[in-house]
Amino acid sequence: MSAPSSPVNKPIGAARQVAPVLLILFAAVPALANAADLGFATQMVSRIMIYAIAALSLDIILGYGAMVSFGHAAFIGIGAYAVGIASAHDLWDASITFPMAMLGGGLFALVTGAICLRTRGVYFIMITLAFGQMAYFTASSLSAYGGDDGLTMWGRSEVFGYSPLENETTFYYVVLACLASCYVFAKALVGSRFGRVIVGVRENRLRMQAVGFNPYAYQLVAYVIAGMMAGLAGALLANHTEFVSPSTMSWQRSGDLIIMVVLGGTGTLHGAILGAVAYLALEEILSHVTEHWRVFFGPMLILVVLFARGGLGRLIGGRGAGG
Amino acid sequence: MAEPILALEGLSKAYGALTVTDDLTMTVEAGSIHVLIGPNGAGKTTLIGQISGQIAPDAGRIRFDGRDVTDLPMHARCRLGLARSFQITTILPSFTALENVAVAAQAHDGHSFRFLRPAAAEARLNEAAMASLETVGLKHRAGVRAGALSHGEKRQLEIAIALVMKPKLLLLDEPMAGTGHEESERLVATLEALRGSLTILLVEHDMDAVFALADRISVLVYGRVIADGKPDAIRADPEVRSAYLGEEAAL
Repeated sequence: MSAPSSPVNKPIGAARQVAPVLLILFAAVPALANAADLGFATQMVSRIMIYAIAALSLDIILGYGAMVSFGHAAFIGIGAYAVGIASAHDLWDASITFPMAMLGGGLFALVTGAICLRTRGVYFIMITLAFGQMAYFTASSLSAYGGDDGLTMWGRSEVFGYSPLENETTFYYVVLACLASCYVFAKALVGSRFGRVIVGVRENRLRMQAVGFNPYAYQLVAYVIAGMMAGLAGALLANHTEFVSPSTMSWQRSGDLIIMVVLGGTGTLHGAILGAVAYLALEEILSHVTEHWRVFFGPMLILVVLFARGGLGRLIGGRGAGG
Repeated sequence: MAEPILALEGLSKAYGALTVTDDLTMTVEAGSIHVLIGPNGAGKTTLIGQISGQIAPDAGRIRFDGRDVTDLPMHARCRLGLARSFQITTILPSFTALENVAVAAQAHDGHSFRFLRPAAAEARLNEAAMASLETVGLKHRAGVRAGALSHGEKRQLEIAIALVMKPKLLLLDEPMAGTGHEESERLVATLEALRGSLTILLVEHDMDAVFALADRISVLVYGRVIADGKPDAIRADPEVRSAYLGEEAAL
């Protein structure tokens, strides 16, 4: 009890190892899948990792900043559409389209966040949902880019004229590298001066104002960072399916992301990755058993919330920043 | 005579029909310990709220350190050197005591848009925080989660947080509320040691502490200053006695 411990970046015991172990396991997947002749597993896990990046970005604002964004899928969708629309105009180079996707997500976060962050609590949830739906319906009405039916990409992004991402294994490792970078960045972020302000505002807004911080400015920057990271996830997702559709930014997708973060444990980062793995793996397994897989998934989620307070991450070991 | 560090001019605040601050004018001299007393509901905390920027007054001006701060938000006033503690303990419960103070030090050490370097390892912030904790006698509890501190320790922590900002004016809203006798004495000693190095505007009910510390006392009743002067004069003032001290003595 008397040992100095940080609420921000020092989960104790096994919790510290969860993310590295997960990343190493991810790295082994393509080899194992090939050996077991389960080629589809590689594709499935790259999808999981892409959503893990999105969940990670949501955890930064939801877990550490207590900003419950119910429109987070919009950032993914905008990232995906940036890549998709560019491909429709024969612009394939990832060195241009990926930054575009991130800037698009960040810009949308800046504009909507500037408004959303003037509200708090349930109003914040509702207004982020409203902006998410706005993005969804805007995408649905883009008749030049497939409208409701979505946009097929006819290939993956290129890198300086080459097409390395067409190879499923290469694409897999690119996604893994993105996830690892995002995790390392997020980990540094939450322990930095900036992260300390974000967590402080979650803990007690008035106290932070009384020591001289303007919470709004810090929260807005966190929101933009999360939007950019989700935009990156969107760019990867577009390449994964070679298809972009409005459903990527439906409110159900935003809800799925919140469930992933809560399931894995908010405010831990590794929990977000764990949550994405658990949610999408269960979806995959249960949906083979029955079409109504959510009937079984719902009670499981309730059990986790009731009996594993702090999510799967904490079940495995240690305490995070949830407090 | 030097310009007062704080000047309130015709300050008014009403909640509906209830006037909490009523055309109030007062000054606080630099370097003094100025105590604000008054019966419950006199508007002391509301006044502190208006000075710190948490509450916007309906009318009147607030001048701090030669500058009109009436329209500045709380965080901007804080950066000019105006720190406060709260009557109801306001801390970051999941942060350690040290981190509570270090984050306040951080607010006054350049900007905090630094995204990568671990803040917990910044020696300059931790050293400043530790020094402040030592001043209030809380150094041995530096690593404890603030939420797990005793009530008295939380009160001390509030003051350590305010002190680390090196304020020109420190607003203390009933720092001794709910603390034991021993803790109160320690707090009086702490504030006594600070005398002259900064200006303190103190709201307090504990009369022993008030008369031990005050250079000057203002008595607030129904949002107005009914008396203002040296402690001896206030003690002898018949209006104050009937409005406040007598009431206290009768308890």
